[in-house]
Amino acid sequence: MKALLLRDLKLALRAGGGFGLGLAFFLIVTVLVPFSVGPQSELLSRIAPGVLWLGALLACLLSLDRVLALDWEDGTLDLLATAPLPLEAVVTIKAAAHWLTTAVPLVLVSPVLGLMLNLPAEGFSWLVVSLFLGTPALSVIGTFGAALTVGLKRGGLLLSLLVLPLYVPTLIFGAEVARRGAAGFSVETPLLMLAGISAATIALLPFASAAVLRVNLR
Amino acid sequence: MKIADVSIARGGVPVLEGVSFQLDPGRALILRGPNGCGKTTLLRTIAGLQPPIAGSITGVEDDIAYAGHSDGIKLTLSVAENLAFWAEVFGSCDIDRAVEAFDLRALLNRPAGALSAGQKRRLGLARLMVTGRRYWVLDEPTVSLDRASVANFASVVQRHLAEGGAALIATHIDLGLEEETLDLSAYRAKLPDLQDFDEAFL
Repeated sequence: MKALLLRDLKLALRAGGGFGLGLAFFLIVTVLVPFSVGPQSELLSRIAPGVLWLGALLACLLSLDRVLALDWEDGTLDLLATAPLPLEAVVTIKAAAHWLTTAVPLVLVSPVLGLMLNLPAEGFSWLVVSLFLGTPALSVIGTFGAALTVGLKRGGLLLSLLVLPLYVPTLIFGAEVARRGAAGFSVETPLLMLAGISAATIALLPFASAAVLRVNLR
Repeated sequence: MKIADVSIARGGVPVLEGVSFQLDPGRALILRGPNGCGKTTLLRTIAGLQPPIAGSITGVEDDIAYAGHSDGIKLTLSVAENLAFWAEVFGSCDIDRAVEAFDLRALLNRPAGALSAGQKRRLGLARLMVTGRRYWVLDEPTVSLDRASVANFASVVQRHLAEGGAALIATHIDLGLEEETLDLSAYRAKLPDLQDFDEAFL
């Protein structure tokens, strides 16, 4: 299992691995928002948590079609399916690698971008915490979507359409944590909901992903 | 490995039915048959990638190394990294034997993307040796190999058989092994009787 994770990380960092893709998209979105909204720092600081969460979510979505499709195209997925590694473990590792290469950089860079959107000082820690807790769910749900569309040529559109509604609860509670944190309210309820969603998807979805992958490999 | 009365379908259409054979350690079996007769589908079924529609496959659980049409090579990783990855997945750490057997020593540090088609195939076949599995299930293993490499591959298979392994190979060329052959065209599935076609709608 460690070998697969290390290989995926290595592949992501090598040329053409798409490591910077989500990061660049996140940067572009948040840099452009102040230009489109206009120079109203009060309005910006009110919408900052929502914009940052939306940007991070879309950045995660962007790299999903690489999660399994590349391994499908060069036949690695067939070989992994016949290897002594359960498919449940394979999809979990794939999701973990996606989280480490796409979501973690987003989480780390989000305070800097929060600064650009005039996020109130008390909001920074909750923004990072909410992204850190919520993005694993995005990666796991996304891997499920990738498993559903793995046999399709250019299945990226279908993947986005399938995954977007599943992302909604994570977005609602994640942005709510960041918003309440920035406004100085108690964040306990949405934070627990967010953590619950992440825990539940991590525990359950790999089985669903492995099952649809088995069907798609036939 | 025992295949008993297996029927398989490709894309929902039955292609082979009643296939039965037995493959003992130390033996090789060559599958022959015209294009589209179901060789690949049969091999994928035996490798466990799809279920048969009837019949049973026994004695091979977790003991199969499958090599299909594509090699499963990551182009941005080097030859050594590719092999070492599969070695670790299958729980062995020794890639030296495979490297020697397929003459990859000089290419070890090259990125796999810089290899020729034949060299890639050699790398793909070298993966079989690091799996440490007994039954090799190979689909057209000699595609894009030159004559010397084919002879080399045949000797590797021979050695594997001598060590108690077994190989099931779908190929059109003569590998020069002392093998049995099985012609799959004898098992071709009969198409359903078209006169009953309307019944499904009534």
